Amino acid sequence: MTLDSGQQEKMDTFIQQIINGLTIGSIYALIALGYTMVYGILRLINFAHGDIYMVGAYAGFMLATALGFAVNPSVFGFIVTLLGSMTIAAAIGMAIERFAYRPVRKYSKMTTLITAIGMSLLIEYLFVFIFSGTPRSFPQLLPNENYTLFGNATISTSQILIFVVSLLLMIFLQWIVYQTKIGKAMRAVSYNINSAKLMGINTDFVIAFTFALGSALAAAGGVLTAQYNPKIEPLMGIITGLKAFVAAVLGGIGNIPGAVLGGLLIGAAETLVVGYGSYIGVPSTYRDAVAFAILILVLLIRPAGLLGTNIQEKV
Amino acid sequence: MLTLENVSVNYGAIEALNGISLHIEQGEVVTLIGANGAGKTTTLRTITGLLEPKSGAVKFEGKLTNGIAAHKLVALGMAMSPEGRGVFANLSVRENLEMGAYLRNDKKGIADDMERGFAMFPRLKEREQQKAGTLSGGEQQMLAMVRALMSRPRLLLLDEPSLGLAPLVVHTIFEAIEEIRSNGTTILLVEQNANAALHHSDRAYVLETGRIVMEGNSKELAANPKVKEAYLGE
Amino acid sequence: MNWVKSIGISIILIALIYVINSAMSSAGFFGFGIDDYYSRLLVFIAINIILATSLNLINGFTGQFSIGHAGFMAVGAYSSAYFTVNYGKAIESSLAFGGETIASGIVLLIAILIGLIFSAIAGLLVGIPSLRLKGDYLAIVTLGFAEIIRIVILNIDSVGGATGYQVGGYANFFWVGILAVITIVIIHNIVKSDAGRALVSIREDELAAEAMGVNTTRYKVISFVIGSGFAGVAGVLFAHYNRFLSTNDFQFIKSFEIIIMIVIGGMGSMTGAILGAIIVTLLPEMLRYLPDIQIGATTFKFADLRLVIFALILILTMILRPQGILGTKEITDFFKRKGGLR
Repeated sequence: MTLDSGQQEKMDTFIQQIINGLTIGSIYALIALGYTMVYGILRLINFAHGDIYMVGAYAGFMLATALGFAVNPSVFGFIVTLLGSMTIAAAIGMAIERFAYRPVRKYSKMTTLITAIGMSLLIEYLFVFIFSGTPRSFPQLLPNENYTLFGNATISTSQILIFVVSLLLMIFLQWIVYQTKIGKAMRAVSYNINSAKLMGINTDFVIAFTFALGSALAAAGGVLTAQYNPKIEPLMGIITGLKAFVAAVLGGIGNIPGAVLGGLLIGAAETLVVGYGSYIGVPSTYRDAVAFAILILVLLIRPAGLLGTNIQEKV
Repeated sequence: MLTLENVSVNYGAIEALNGISLHIEQGEVVTLIGANGAGKTTTLRTITGLLEPKSGAVKFEGKLTNGIAAHKLVALGMAMSPEGRGVFANLSVRENLEMGAYLRNDKKGIADDMERGFAMFPRLKEREQQKAGTLSGGEQQMLAMVRALMSRPRLLLLDEPSLGLAPLVVHTIFEAIEEIRSNGTTILLVEQNANAALHHSDRAYVLETGRIVMEGNSKELAANPKVKEAYLGE
Repeated sequence: MNWVKSIGISIILIALIYVINSAMSSAGFFGFGIDDYYSRLLVFIAINIILATSLNLINGFTGQFSIGHAGFMAVGAYSSAYFTVNYGKAIESSLAFGGETIASGIVLLIAILIGLIFSAIAGLLVGIPSLRLKGDYLAIVTLGFAEIIRIVILNIDSVGGATGYQVGGYANFFWVGILAVITIVIIHNIVKSDAGRALVSIREDELAAEAMGVNTTRYKVISFVIGSGFAGVAGVLFAHYNRFLSTNDFQFIKSFEIIIMIVIGGMGSMTGAILGAIIVTLLPEMLRYLPDIQIGATTFKFADLRLVIFALILILTMILRPQGILGTKEITDFFKRKGGLR
């Protein structure tokens, strides 16, 4: 099949949309993993998780500025910033679990959910107080270049970075959850916490570890996003966090591969609506509604999500 | 080995156990029988630290264990096969057993114990890589028992191991209990199947609405007319 | 409390509202007047009381976890604003014979009816498919619907779209106060009725309620529709008092704020919801007066921390008193004599 120049151009645009969609989708996936793991283990929607993504971006910003990586872009600087931000976020995630969620764990669902909402507000307002609401520009840690793929579709260094790093992190997570002792303990706790205790598993530790892991992934998402779109601000985690949560639900909440699939799908769907929605009467301003529409459809048609099995309600 | 002194436990405002006392000596098989809701499972959950007593003392090998978290009691040498078996359905049979040995680090010893468990129930060996959720009820019970043994407990607590199982499987389970006792493990057995429980134990306690109403030698209790009428269906 | 008693108490309250309202006019009551800032706070307290008591019907009494109340408020606000902006003046001039106050009052009453009907319909459309879900699944679906409602409104140019919507100032404290009283009376009487007992039975144990012959789906939807309708009324009043609408006013943070009111006050308590609405309106304002502290060269403006402190108070309330200030009790319970049947 040969394409004339007009068709070729349309094809290129389409490929470009898909690349951009999967880029943002990878970020959603990284954040969705944290939602899904915490939900799997505590049946808690950790509303503050999206804010941890923002905290990760700010931690990276502070590190890169303080250590001088901002002026001298290097692979080393990027890796130090990424790992440093992940470590800081992991510590904050554990602290949130320890001081806010653990005390209310035994109470009703409503109470735990509201505590999570409170925690989300606390982080947001605290960051507005410290850094003001004005956006900051995240330094470029690696020289950014555009590579032409085929036709006129391009991919940038920061996009490649997002794909590679998130893939590595997902493989790492898969290894932890399925091959290591702590990972198996996480799965045991998520299925039956009392049985897990009877095995001698320190369930409090496992829960804290889960928060650390999820928060580190979200922080990586924050740093990676900031390489792609350098504008960071204290409320950036709200809408991204909600979409990532939707991704987790779409994939089947509690299901790790599901979160990745959900993230990529939401990212792609959103970009396609922006690019092509006008053909079917959906203006691009509906971008943020896409995720919610998908969420509602999934929950009403198949609440277990694409890959999930029905999770029994915890009492 | 284990003593309960005047232990009371509440679920919210409801009193589930009302000052019960019992003791288990090294090497014994002791059974706790009683109707549904009499407090049998509550007793086990209190011993293993899943519930905290309102008053009274639980002592394991002379050490007061009230208020010690469940996961720490495993390290002290007790293990339980919980009510409803409580296997991790999302983990394979092998991974379930690995979880049973969570506190141990001796790879060789763990592998040996796993083989011993498989020898006791060869069907588990066949299903080693299968998810525990795909096992039959009897197989899950076998898994739960072997899993509990993986921590090498000195005291093994079994909650309703025969519940809902076919007679032939029940027979296999009780044979395994005999085998476990012959290896020197002390057992506290909670059962609704009073007949089998009294037959396979040294001593027994009868629990009614949170109180111990009878206790004694299992053979004598099995012959007691009241027990016969209320629990043995004669 | 039966209807007769409710109406009696309402009349007293409405008289009180009238007195306060006249104090708000520029001339003032006995020449004292109430500062604009405080009248605004009073109005927002009343609007929040409507929002909190109506959400309390859904969350507190029926036990259905909705976190999308702001969406229904938006439906009421925008539908009624569209009406008053396009037809308000015409109706007023055709009613001019009755005087300005009466004419504008009638316009507002029609607007309230329109907001009530539209938001109740929205509640019905959202409620029927969603209420099959339970717990946090229901919560996120309501959140999703509320966001979609907001984004759809944002894309309707005839109600201002992204630039916002100028609305006539038909509402004042008198109207807002009266509507708050009416809302409280109606919801209170619903809760005390047989239907109300059915709602509470669903909250306590849905399966048991079903087994006792309660048509749980029907009652859940009814409670959701009524709650949404009153959220719409609050929206109407907000629109016509604030005189300006922006979809940013109805983001999910607004829904959270309403949730916080009923949680702090005590879920399933009428007086708790009212207390919560007052606290949530006033607390951030009171925290504005926190002092600045000078440490070295930097000044810490603690007043800027007010939202942080607000969030902290919320978390601490959950940890220390998860049932809220009143739990499911009513303030009046504390004045009743001890003993006897409760």
